[in-house]
Amino acid sequence: QVSAALREGRVTPTELCQKCLSLIKSTKFLNAYITVAEETALKQAEESEKRYRRGQPLGVLDGIPVAVKDNFNTAGIETTCASNMLKGYISPYNATVVQKLLDQGAVLLGKTNLDEFAMGSGSTDGIFGPVRNPWSYSSQYKEKSVPKSHSEDKESNWVITGGSSGGSAAAVSSFTCFAALGSDTGGSTRNPAAHCGVVGLKPTYGLISRHGLIPLVNSMDVPGILTRCVDDAAVVLGSLAGHDPKDSTTIQDNFKPFELPNLTDVSKLSIGIPKEYHAPGLSSEILALWSKAADLFKNAGAKVIEVSLPHTRYSIVCYHVLCTAEVASNMARFDGLEYGHRSDMNESTESMYAATRREGFNDVVRGRILSGNYFLLKQNYEDYFVKAQKVRRLIASDFVKVFRSGVDVLLTPTTLSDAVPYMEFIKEDNRTRSTQDDILTQAANMAGLPAINVPTALSERGLPVGLQFIGRSFQEKQLLTVAKWFEKQVKFPMIQLEVVKKHDHGVFQHQKSASVS
Amino acid sequence: LAPWVPVVGLEIHAQISSNSKLFSGSQVQFAAPPNSLVSFFDASLPGTLPVLNRRCVEAAVMTGLALNCSINKKSLFDRKHYFYADLPAGYQITQQRVPIAVNGSLSYSLCIDNKMSQMVTKTVRIKQIQLEQDSGKSLHDDTRSQTLVDLNRAGVGLMEVVMEPDMCCGEEAAAAVRELQLILQTLGSSQAVMAEGQLRVDANVSVHHPGEPYGVRTEVKNINSIRFLAKAVDYEIQRQIEELESGGTILNETRAFDSKLGCTVPMRDKEGKQDYRFMPEPNLPPLILYDAKSLPANMNHQQVVNIDWIHERLPDLPSVKRAKLVEHYGILPEHSFTLLNEDGLTEFFENVVKETQMKPKKVIGWILKDLLGYLKQHSLTVKESPVSSLLLADLLNLLEKKEISSTAAKQVFAELWKGEGKTPLEIVKEKKLELMQDQKELEEICQAVIDGHENEVITMVL
Repeated sequence: QVSAALREGRVTPTELCQKCLSLIKSTKFLNAYITVAEETALKQAEESEKRYRRGQPLGVLDGIPVAVKDNFNTAGIETTCASNMLKGYISPYNATVVQKLLDQGAVLLGKTNLDEFAMGSGSTDGIFGPVRNPWSYSSQYKEKSVPKSHSEDKESNWVITGGSSGGSAAAVSSFTCFAALGSDTGGSTRNPAAHCGVVGLKPTYGLISRHGLIPLVNSMDVPGILTRCVDDAAVVLGSLAGHDPKDSTTIQDNFKPFELPNLTDVSKLSIGIPKEYHAPGLSSEILALWSKAADLFKNAGAKVIEVSLPHTRYSIVCYHVLCTAEVASNMARFDGLEYGHRSDMNESTESMYAATRREGFNDVVRGRILSGNYFLLKQNYEDYFVKAQKVRRLIASDFVKVFRSGVDVLLTPTTLSDAVPYMEFIKEDNRTRSTQDDILTQAANMAGLPAINVPTALSERGLPVGLQFIGRSFQEKQLLTVAKWFEKQVKFPMIQLEVVKKHDHGVFQHQKSASVS
Repeated sequence: LAPWVPVVGLEIHAQISSNSKLFSGSQVQFAAPPNSLVSFFDASLPGTLPVLNRRCVEAAVMTGLALNCSINKKSLFDRKHYFYADLPAGYQITQQRVPIAVNGSLSYSLCIDNKMSQMVTKTVRIKQIQLEQDSGKSLHDDTRSQTLVDLNRAGVGLMEVVMEPDMCCGEEAAAAVRELQLILQTLGSSQAVMAEGQLRVDANVSVHHPGEPYGVRTEVKNINSIRFLAKAVDYEIQRQIEELESGGTILNETRAFDSKLGCTVPMRDKEGKQDYRFMPEPNLPPLILYDAKSLPANMNHQQVVNIDWIHERLPDLPSVKRAKLVEHYGILPEHSFTLLNEDGLTEFFENVVKETQMKPKKVIGWILKDLLGYLKQHSLTVKESPVSSLLLADLLNLLEKKEISSTAAKQVFAELWKGEGKTPLEIVKEKKLELMQDQKELEEICQAVIDGHENEVITMVL
């Protein structure tokens, strides 16, 4: 809708950009952004405006303000991964996905906050502090204390965004941008999308280039897309997907961007409900919502069947082994020599390495490195790494079997509960939290499958709850088509944020989406 | 004392001759300004990914085929982890689980004695050939307590050729490496110049008594020439024998060859065994190679490496070249070895043969004794020879036509060597070295000699 508005001249790219930048300033207490690239964004907006005036916009994304998670390389703009190790690091190149967005004329507003090196499920463990869920300040949230102002000290009951792409989710949710990039390794895009009430898409592994995405687990990472509606996600996907010669794990097949059909007849659809996703700790609220969603499909004529993915319960422990092993490997390059933080310790190269890495990494990162190195030791390799790879194969096969039996799309919850207050979240450590929170999302990364969170309803506390659809490999079109139908049925309410209303000149309030509908 | 059986195996790293590095597009060039050939990937900037260089794969396949290996149609890449200043990523990408080629062999020849008159052929098994990244270079500046790191070499493609411990002494090791060097240079897969670091050899040495299991082996590094290789291996064999005979033990350690002292010394930085924590390289799918049979019909030529296609285009290997020389020119096998061993000598020889009536069997003597002798004396390469093949051919023609004697010819050759631009004919005329053909004139000279030495003649007749 805003894209149409740009084309019709009802709003200009610079106006749009300025509004977003101003809103970012007003929502600073959310701590969603690490770096705001005001100057470059305005320049990009100006360029976009020139193109619109000539009647030659580059595409639907021309002039659209976007934000990018701070683990994507952006040339000339600091890329920190919310870590001391890369504080002040200015990359000389753009990640392929960033370049693609810029080539389409998108306006890059800034880099969003995350858990350090994308390790976490709360966006609470980065050096720039935690991200606050915008819904904490919505009129719908029932537990916040009466606000005197926007001062952060008053609301001690603010809830987390989920993670690790919490900054991106919060940015989209609070209307400071129209789309954001996150990353997803164990659920890091879908989890915060669910908690912040936005659409979070994890594409099939190999569809979108990882070149320039600072890796967590190379064999599971994907760039994630966060938007306010499913159509927008399809548009962004269309501009990002496709083979990249710089990334040897992207598939060679030609990718054709698609427009989502408006599905009306779901009678030919087969929805699978995996029973193992009725996980321990799943709130009764979400269980009920899940059930209601299944009924929604059934009543509309779709075939809804219970299926089994028997190895689901092993995915977390399997993930721990494989993730930490890759982390130990990927973090080996941070030695302080070529770039990033370098300790003042200079008695010997080794002591410099040790001090640099102790100073540069937080406990979470260091813990994973130590675990990973343990699993990769010669005497442990077979028992842990190889075993985990075998279990991974089994997990992936579970999905293959189910999809082969005729199921088109799986329907599961995305999270175990709605967003918890920060004070409660930090009572448990990062590893415990990750173990708990990744359970519903992790298996899709194991199997490399596409998955999407669709905001479904508000919880009793007035916070967003989303449901997840998991699709077949490279069948994003089908997955998003079903997701779009569902989105239309549930009519998830828009967030009511005072600060947004103040900024609004009709652009944000009525126009939730960026795309042409 | 019971005899000792020395056992020598080799690990050879050959730098692949290619325009760009194994996994990145930066250039491969010797002696460029420090850190001028470093791409983002080479510097291990976060977020960069490896992209396999096709030329490097072809070089490895060529080499594998030339060494009679089985080429693995599916090979894998792994990460080998250790921290070092010249390894920016903290790991090297190599092929530990399944390398590109396995189970080959290399035949090489040795002289039984020093006169190059009897050659014997030996074979060493090639365990495997694997593709891997080269590291950068680090220079330790002890006076300023700092290490200078140059990443130009980081990421250059290497072929590691592993030779089984089938060799028994320095001479064998040297001969095997020399032959490998020739093969690589013939293929063009590596320029294999040891002085430029394009060929690096580490030797694994152990000794044992016949019938007993192999002894503890040491690894000898820092060998900078083929000559030093022979020296290092022989020294180490001797050192181990002496150590064991005096009741000591051999440590499984890494030793460096000190060329000045001519001995091996323990290297400081290897403390205990290193666990490299090998892990599959997740950013590179398995390397799939095809042959004529397995090549899918509609596959893009640019995207695949066809083993059979490469096989068909292999040039003549040294052993084949030598056999052809022997057959074609009727020279001895030993001669063919020397011809191939000197860069450009075969060409020189063939050019001379083309331009002269003298039989190749005679020409070869001039090439190997006279020309080569002078070159060695003055430490010159064939390319730097002041005597060109044409000049030598002219000279040999004079000799062949019996216009000069062989002694005279040698004199002319010495003159030609001065490189003053005179032709053989000019020198002959200048020095009056022509053989006299006039019968009458010769008779007069002989008579004069006899007349002048009556007593000697009478003594001789009696």
